[in-house]
Amino acid sequence: MKKNILLLLVLCISHIGISQEYFPKNDGVKENTAHYTAFTNATLFVSPTNKIENATLLIKDSKVIASGKNVTIPSNTVVIDLEGKFMYPSFIDPYTNFGVKNPERSSRGGRSPQYSASREGFYWNDHIMPEKNAIDHFAYDLKTAKAMRNEGFGVVNTHSMDGIARGTGVLVALNDQASQAMRIIDDALGQHYSFSKSVTSRQSYPGSLMGAMALLRQVYHDANWYEKGNIPTKDRSLEALLKNKNKVSIFEAGNKSNNLRAAKIGNQFGVNYLIVGGGDEYEMMQQTKASNASYIIPLNFPDAYDVSNPYMASYLSLEDMRAWNQAPTNPKALQDNAVPFALTTFKSKKPKDFTKDLLIAIKYGLDKTKALEALTTAPAGMLQISDKVGTLENGKYANFLITSGPLFEKGTTLHENWVQGTRSVINTMDQTDIRGSYNLALAGVSYTLEISGEASKPKASLTKGETEFSAKLIYKDNWITLSFTDKQTNDVYRTTAIIEKNTMSISGKAVLPSGVETTFTANRNMGAAKAISDKNKDITSTDVLREIMPITYPNVGLGNSTQPSQQTLLFKNATVWTSEVEGILNNTDVLVKDGKISKIGKNLSSKSAIEIDATGKHLTAGIIDEHSHIAALSINEGGQNSSAEVTIEDVVDPEDVNIYRNLAGGVTSIQILHGSANPIGGRSAILKLKWGEDADGLLYDNSPKFIKFALGENVKQSNWESYSRFPQTRMGVEQLYVNYFNRAKAYDELKKSGKPYRKDDELQTLAEILNGERFISCHSYVQSEINMLMKVAEKFNFRINTFTHILEGYKVADKMAAHGVGASTFSDWWAYKYEVNDAIPYNAAIMASQGVTVAINSDDGEMSRRLNQEAAKTFKYGGMSEQEAWKTVTINPAKLLHLDHRVGSIKIGKDADLVLWNGHPMSVYSKAEKTIIEGKTYFDLALDQQKRIAIQQERNTLMTMMLNEKENGGKTKPPVKKTNKNFHCDTEF
Amino acid sequence: MNTLRHLLIVITAITGVSVAAQQTPAPSQKGAITITGATAHLGNGSTIENATIIFEDGILTSVGNSSINPKGTLINATGKHVYPGFIAPAKSLGLIEVNAVRASNDQDEIGDMIPHIRSIIAYNAESKVVESMRPNGVLIGQITPQGGTISGSSSIVQFDAWNWEDAAIKTDDGIHLHWPSTFRRGRWWAGEPRGYQPNKNYTKQTQKITSYLNNSKAFGMGEDQPANESFKAMQGLFDGSKKLYVYADGEKEIIDAITLSKQAGVDQIVLIGAYQGYKVIPFLKQHNIPVLVQQTHALPNSADDHYDLPYKLPKLLVDGGLLVGLQNSSMSNFQTRNLPFYAGQLVGQGMDKETALQLISGNTAKILGLDNYGSLEVGKSATLFISEGDALDMMGNRLIKAFIDGRDISLETHQTELWKRYMSKYNQK
Repeated sequence: MKKNILLLLVLCISHIGISQEYFPKNDGVKENTAHYTAFTNATLFVSPTNKIENATLLIKDSKVIASGKNVTIPSNTVVIDLEGKFMYPSFIDPYTNFGVKNPERSSRGGRSPQYSASREGFYWNDHIMPEKNAIDHFAYDLKTAKAMRNEGFGVVNTHSMDGIARGTGVLVALNDQASQAMRIIDDALGQHYSFSKSVTSRQSYPGSLMGAMALLRQVYHDANWYEKGNIPTKDRSLEALLKNKNKVSIFEAGNKSNNLRAAKIGNQFGVNYLIVGGGDEYEMMQQTKASNASYIIPLNFPDAYDVSNPYMASYLSLEDMRAWNQAPTNPKALQDNAVPFALTTFKSKKPKDFTKDLLIAIKYGLDKTKALEALTTAPAGMLQISDKVGTLENGKYANFLITSGPLFEKGTTLHENWVQGTRSVINTMDQTDIRGSYNLALAGVSYTLEISGEASKPKASLTKGETEFSAKLIYKDNWITLSFTDKQTNDVYRTTAIIEKNTMSISGKAVLPSGVETTFTANRNMGAAKAISDKNKDITSTDVLREIMPITYPNVGLGNSTQPSQQTLLFKNATVWTSEVEGILNNTDVLVKDGKISKIGKNLSSKSAIEIDATGKHLTAGIIDEHSHIAALSINEGGQNSSAEVTIEDVVDPEDVNIYRNLAGGVTSIQILHGSANPIGGRSAILKLKWGEDADGLLYDNSPKFIKFALGENVKQSNWESYSRFPQTRMGVEQLYVNYFNRAKAYDELKKSGKPYRKDDELQTLAEILNGERFISCHSYVQSEINMLMKVAEKFNFRINTFTHILEGYKVADKMAAHGVGASTFSDWWAYKYEVNDAIPYNAAIMASQGVTVAINSDDGEMSRRLNQEAAKTFKYGGMSEQEAWKTVTINPAKLLHLDHRVGSIKIGKDADLVLWNGHPMSVYSKAEKTIIEGKTYFDLALDQQKRIAIQQERNTLMTMMLNEKENGGKTKPPVKKTNKNFHCDTEF
Repeated sequence: MNTLRHLLIVITAITGVSVAAQQTPAPSQKGAITITGATAHLGNGSTIENATIIFEDGILTSVGNSSINPKGTLINATGKHVYPGFIAPAKSLGLIEVNAVRASNDQDEIGDMIPHIRSIIAYNAESKVVESMRPNGVLIGQITPQGGTISGSSSIVQFDAWNWEDAAIKTDDGIHLHWPSTFRRGRWWAGEPRGYQPNKNYTKQTQKITSYLNNSKAFGMGEDQPANESFKAMQGLFDGSKKLYVYADGEKEIIDAITLSKQAGVDQIVLIGAYQGYKVIPFLKQHNIPVLVQQTHALPNSADDHYDLPYKLPKLLVDGGLLVGLQNSSMSNFQTRNLPFYAGQLVGQGMDKETALQLISGNTAKILGLDNYGSLEVGKSATLFISEGDALDMMGNRLIKAFIDGRDISLETHQTELWKRYMSKYNQK
């Protein structure tokens, strides 16, 4: 096969080595050819939108010379008549690792984490490798090239898919016959980025998504500083980054939310990333569009789940089932919203699967012209290579496809894929269509031969009267080999023959069962060839478009089909727990208007309000959890002993179903704290649990600034194998703080002096603490360390805002009151670590008795939805009054978060964040009936019932669809079970 | 807060502040004790208002209304509530003190099938965690080894003892079998996705269990067998003297576990966990399987589950006619003092308060085979307590007296001592 192609190549096209004219040649004489090749009479797509009938494409060597209707064909031209055929520019895959081997995982052992870099002369972090050039690791991959060409690709952009900054890529033509000199079109195309660490280094930092984001930001700051000549030593990473800064920056984000995270970093530093998405952009189309980025979109539609076993199927989440149902609409959604996109095989298991999925995408509404653009002009434009590839205009590479009919249509065969003027035959168009009915004569016997199926791969059936033979036909390179077996006698007949062009009869050699050689002839009967194959029949039966489920916000089972609207609400006759000096008001009305608490009193009325009879019910402010870890994709950046540069705001997860569950427990605001992996943790995200909003919609506007600090066993790494990171003792913890604050002070002074300074996100954050602009919530256990941190703060003239956990706070409550720090504690947790030996449930009551503002927090996605009960434990243990106990989950945490002017109590003018309970709010017997944020009802028992029914119905609908898919021979995969995510302080991410 | 302060001063004056590691176990009951005037919650579904309860030598001798004549020491509990001591099944209380301190961990022995591993001998009767159960009314526990497939043998103890022998109520009462799951976590380090995926070895694993059951049964049938402590430990399962506690949550796992254990000749089976138990109620009923269901204070396992499924799960099983108790085997031991509130949560789901109480008292005793505990009935052990208010609610659970086998036990703990110590420090100022 290969030999034949080679032969054809030699015949058809000129010599390729023109760029190597100055190379010596010792294996023969050196001669040049200069003829042209013209393709005539085809329907030519010069570009996706420029279609010319009966056109001519003239090429010479690797380039297009002319295309169109009136092309003058020079005399020294090989003319190929393509009457009835179609021609298109070959496809471009803008995102691959073609020919670049994935680096090997670091084998450097040791159970203890590695904190410093493995390299010298480069950036301090091993995962930043902008100096890496894929060309240094490139080896042309014949096998993949063929597989890609078979699907229509002519050019790919490739790079080393490893690390956060990955260096430059290579633009390669899939031209097997050329040397690297010819097919490497650009040896340093673009700079590549991702959020994933390199496998080649065990350096711990960054250990989280937010850490990767912070690291990238700092890299850009440092490059800036380096560029100005402020760094006396040499940093080859930053130098490469700066050298390549005008190249296109390609960011593998990988999913709808990470797309936006990448765009956010890009916006901050004026880098317009070309973003490699995930195929789930349809779930956040509005935001995707608003990012104003261009996208490279993988096509890898999920297979249906095999739901035939109901036990296993019950573990499937609606979210996963919907992904199967909805994902094929992604390209159409991008198209309809005018988001610029190219397509890539990057996530397809095989290039072949890409084509399959592309046809599905077209079935679900992707326009064919748009599809062609996404494979040609769009990637060419995004990679800034439109002058070379993407269309068949003069001077561009002769990269084109010859097809039997219009592209992306069933029955269209891709015949040839020419790359740089080099021909590759995919499905030969020279081979005669032999399908039909024949009379076959062999050794005096007459048989009936039926040849059907695909023209390029026909099948045969053979009969003699009533007798059927099992027949095997191979048709390749213009030869057929047909063997057939008499099923009763097992006699085998073998024949072979060459097929002449447009012949109606076949004759050749035959071998009889006896071994005797003879000849045979087969004459075709009149009548059209049977073009419809069995296979095509199968396709038509599964061709029915399935119903696409509507998207909810977020797009998970419990998501909202419509967002709750702000209402004017009048609660009548409630027991109102104000969390203010007014205390508990019986038989009281509360009017909510424009998202605020508008009136509190008796016998209120309002014409526009929806009245809610709250007789016998209790109305309270929404619960505030000062210490939560729900709704976040990462919690700890433990790769260094300080991570003040990271922020949970970067990794808020609006799809976490625990948001909804928290609402069902009456929680309306939470602070997502960084974990306790290091003494200086990361910045907080403070949210209102507006289920259905995106991450930005959940964050408080004008949010107070917080950061997590941590003390004790976790930051000393006492409970796991790690002995190399400072500090390992409480003594070291103090000195770490002193050191960082000294540095932050110096940084701040330099900054304020107006002199040039290196921007440092970590020190900037710490300087904010010194300036009273950012508040510390510090994870703490034993009295010595609590005391220590207050003293450190006093030394630097600020105060600690909150001690969280603070389980021995009761031992130093008087000192805390004097310092002015608040406490946010568990009601009754202890005994899980050595340092909580003396944790007592009376802690909250004792601290409160000494004048400390005390909140009860959860640190746990389960407990957070019953914080009302946890507040009750302060009444049980230590005897706080009911009203004071209730304040520990409402106004007190609001005070600690500097949000008490907005939330935390029922007071005129405050946000209408309210909970209606069916009984005493702290009784274990009570439950939340309605949870309202800013006048919008986010949880309602009645609505919850509706959701249950809707989930049940949709699950059922989708399961039925999947069963049908399986029935009809569609591919399925086994069900998966979603893990229940419950993060704590010490969750390592 | 002022009243609290006064209260504290009084308490401090009476008890004195000691910093002992563990409360001294109470001496045996001497003379009859009568509690009058309280609402008695019997733990069998009924209540008696203005009750009179008399116990002598650790045994309840009268449980009735005010017509009964008091005897011996009188405790006027008018307006208060009396409950049987709560029972915590399937816990490793006393086997581990501080989760993160390996040296304090005696709950999980290596080995996959180790029924001969006995919790009772490692039970630390002086555990500060155990002591902290009592002020909330949790007075009895089933001390259970953790981990592996067959983790070992549990024993039932009361929570006021000098040593494990004193503590034991019923030794080696059952064997604990953790049924494999049809799903397993992806081994991400081996390149698999991180989520759960079907466990391809499930059948192999269940076959291993059934063959272990069959082999141990055959061991018992034979004569002159070589010494084999693990097979020996299994024998009680086949003659009904020991219970098999099977941990399973999924529908299929539950059906497999019970069907296969029964087929192997196990007589008494208790299901532990049962997250999807509500889907197989007729099956459980048909096989007469009692259920120790997971604690109500848990998150739903699946994103599409009702947010309150864990809250109402025990109610669904009770409504289905099953014998149900509550356990929190998956939680840290210190959480077990919240046992009453797990039951209380059910009342919010529409369960009758007395039925909810049974799930941590009378029913649990029945399930564990504790004939003398779990309810306030004549002839049973006087293991009970008096609470200021409703003991199933955080707002009411305040113990003023507790008795184990009629012994007047201390309700002080390491924690109450620290409370008093530091309040007195601040009060000195």
